Amino acid sequence: MKRWDAVVIGAGHNGLVNACYLQRAGLDVLVVEKNDWIGGAAVSRELTPGFTYSNCSYVCSLFRPEIMRDLELPRYGLQVIPYEGGAVFTQDGDYLAAYHDPHAHRREIARFSARDAEAYERYARDVTRQCRFIQPLLMRTAPDPASFRPRDLSELVYLGRKFAGMSAEELQLTVRFWTMSISDFLDEYFETDVLKAYLAVSGIIGTALGPMSPGTAYVLLHHYMGEVDGAVGAWGFARGGMGSITRALADSLRASGGTIRTEAEVDHVLIRNGKAEGVVLAGGEEIRAARVISNADVKRTFLKFVDEKELPEPFVKSVRNFKIRGSSGKVNIALDSMPQFPALPEDSPCLQGDMHFTDSIERMERAYDDWKAGRWSADPMIDMVIPTTLDPTMAAPGKHFMSCFSQYCPPQVEGRDWTDADRDAFAETVISQIADYSPGFRDRIVHMEVRTPREIEAEVGLTEGNIFQGELTFDQLLFNRPVPGYAQYRSPVDGLYICGSSTHPGGGVMGAPGRNAAAEILRDASKSTRHVSPAYDVI
Amino acid sequence: MTVVPPLTDEKRRAAQKHIETIRFETPFHPRIAALMQTNDWYDWAGYKSANTLWAEELEYFAIRAQSALFDISPMVKYRIEGPDAEAFCNRLTLRDVSKLRPGRVHYTAWCDDSGHVLDDGTLFRLADTRFRLCCQERHLPWLLDGALGFDVAVTEETEEIAGLALQGPTSCALLKAAGFDGIETMKPFDIRDFGHESGSVTVSRTGFTGDLGYELFIDTPLALSLWDRLWTAGELYGIRAIGNAALNQARIEAGLIVANIDFITTDHALRADRVRMPDETGLGWMVDLKKGHFNGRRAIEDARRNNSIRHVLVGLEIEGNVPADHAIVYHRKKREAGVITSAAWSPTAKRNLAIASLERPYGDTITEDLWVEIYALHELRYTKLMKRATIVPRPFVKLPRRTATPPADC
Repeated sequence: MKRWDAVVIGAGHNGLVNACYLQRAGLDVLVVEKNDWIGGAAVSRELTPGFTYSNCSYVCSLFRPEIMRDLELPRYGLQVIPYEGGAVFTQDGDYLAAYHDPHAHRREIARFSARDAEAYERYARDVTRQCRFIQPLLMRTAPDPASFRPRDLSELVYLGRKFAGMSAEELQLTVRFWTMSISDFLDEYFETDVLKAYLAVSGIIGTALGPMSPGTAYVLLHHYMGEVDGAVGAWGFARGGMGSITRALADSLRASGGTIRTEAEVDHVLIRNGKAEGVVLAGGEEIRAARVISNADVKRTFLKFVDEKELPEPFVKSVRNFKIRGSSGKVNIALDSMPQFPALPEDSPCLQGDMHFTDSIERMERAYDDWKAGRWSADPMIDMVIPTTLDPTMAAPGKHFMSCFSQYCPPQVEGRDWTDADRDAFAETVISQIADYSPGFRDRIVHMEVRTPREIEAEVGLTEGNIFQGELTFDQLLFNRPVPGYAQYRSPVDGLYICGSSTHPGGGVMGAPGRNAAAEILRDASKSTRHVSPAYDVI
Repeated sequence: MTVVPPLTDEKRRAAQKHIETIRFETPFHPRIAALMQTNDWYDWAGYKSANTLWAEELEYFAIRAQSALFDISPMVKYRIEGPDAEAFCNRLTLRDVSKLRPGRVHYTAWCDDSGHVLDDGTLFRLADTRFRLCCQERHLPWLLDGALGFDVAVTEETEEIAGLALQGPTSCALLKAAGFDGIETMKPFDIRDFGHESGSVTVSRTGFTGDLGYELFIDTPLALSLWDRLWTAGELYGIRAIGNAALNQARIEAGLIVANIDFITTDHALRADRVRMPDETGLGWMVDLKKGHFNGRRAIEDARRNNSIRHVLVGLEIEGNVPADHAIVYHRKKREAGVITSAAWSPTAKRNLAIASLERPYGDTITEDLWVEIYALHELRYTKLMKRATIVPRPFVKLPRRTATPPADC
């Protein structure tokens, strides 16, 4: 029987990034994927003829350029197109746009508040300063503060120096950023509710917290520290849908000799004498490997794939308590023509960006109240994009694909499982909200894919459908992600590693967890990590 | 929810159209566009502005030999008005505003509480309780927050007020011929209102060229007729419209600094160590410790007491004739001492000039043996020059006509 050097569970973006780096170090790598397609949550499928969806993740900014370059992803078709900005529609028939040009953006805000128009500069400066601080941490394994290994000590010194280099003012801001609610944070800069509502979206996306919950200011930062070709904070569409990222990764992997097996669902990790020795597939097939790397989230990995008795009790408890809560859903729509939004001028660049309908923090918080009561939001917060305005490959000319990320959406409905009727009712809240601002919208719909946490968990394998594989709250970041003592991609089981978004630096289509995990695995295997480029300098 | 109605707020709806013209046109745009030959526009704070109109060198000599007309409408303007306006401005800025009489303007700067410069600009005292602050950057939240507790109203009025700079040796005579009676009696930094059509134009004897010159401010609807009035009268005085490139040469000769060119303003500094105190940007002379509290005072006093001021801004004269833009300044050709922020060959002084930010003690106690490394790229080959730099006082070019009252030909 063949014994692989490594078997990776799950062909999501982090699993594939990880596999690529291992394969390029000379390891013989197999990726096993339960679906008959690859991609995890960075996936594009054609569910109705002529329309390519970005079924889960839908925009790209966080994916690290160092990884794109290391793994030659442009050669395998990866292209990210930045988009302009966006808009939030207001209930009085107006909108607030976010424009790319800073002066146009100022004039736009000035329609609502002369003061806020001129406050944006300082806000952008403060957010950028924080991003510059955090960005270099993404591509480093978080130090273990309890360890005295030289590498941990030197990483701690690195962290300490970064803090020591801060002025008192910056340090104060940093701590506030990590702990405040996005609502309180925005209140420090702005007075206009609609502007705060537009900016707050980045603070709550993917999170089971409301804009008034402490910790959401950091979530905003997490969405700002990406880039498109060096433009920090910019977002773009992956040409051909988000699946083109994982397609490029898969092609890169195969080109370097790696293997991917689809329709190969893992039942459990094979463990002998406290050491991972492979995986057993659902059909009973055993796959032997020197090491096992799980791209699944920390709960799925250790509570489903591993027999509890193989793990120390405190670890199991920490994993159980890890917060990974379903909070969002997705409605993907194929349209036979471009929807009209009478509030926007014709040809508005906002149509190419992210559009929202929640024009106040209060409405956003009320949407969260519904979630707390175990219901989907009656008046949901929707992050809507139409990638086909910039990407002609996803639908025929004149046809469009619309992605609607919707919050909040509970993992269970008032304590019971989702039903198909629930799912349809959830979709209706999204469709009716759009239709209120876009006459004739319903008539344009050709096909629709509705995904509540139930569908996302069943299909992608994300526990509760949480897009980040665990909340990005500060108690679950850095050396505490996923759980204290196991933040360096290793686990209590020898040879069993995790490489998904449950690990540092967290969620989003970033690739950094997969890359960082590969570096640790290669160190354990005494293999070279020279092909793992360090993070680009932040100068 | 019901279907969202169309927007009825007409003002907000009309303002939506700003995106159709990302580079705004100033009130003088129709006149400047008609004179524009080079099609050399640049972005000044979101406005379409002329960098050159026909030829940079010739435009420069319009400033120094005739009368040059330059559109300063993109300057950011704030109206500060109310019983506490003086007290507020005194708290905001470095200089003593109680010494600024109505009808006078002064050059000043303002800091945040850590004593770092937010901007520099001119403060016009238009009346006892009414001021106008003109500057490069935008500060409305800072001004409004600072106004708490003061009986004062602060309004941004950049778009309502159009501005022109008329600079050059014939500018006084030109204005006189245009009907600005008594203009010759205005001293530097005087402000006076003159009638113009249905309204009035506020004229100050100020400028950014170190030459004889005036700045004129007018309500936007009257802007074009003011331009025409000057242009018609100016025919006999050699009036020429000029762009930023020529003005920049003149301002370097005058030794004047520009925010976010010669120093980074606090609200723009993404790197926390790039902020500067007044003593680091050549503005230390403004700091008036004899007046009451002002923003940044404590930090500035502490820094002076602790000798913790790290930089200094100096004027340099450099050997040879190759402008040293953004060159590194060295001590003894070896040790890095700072960077050049602006540089130009001076046609008037026939010298090679620069403004530089040096790290103390260079420029402070060590002022000799300074060098600049210039990489001159000509036809795809770099010539690396190491040229001696001498610290010299600013302004580099001092013209008696700038301050003579009345000016010679008036």
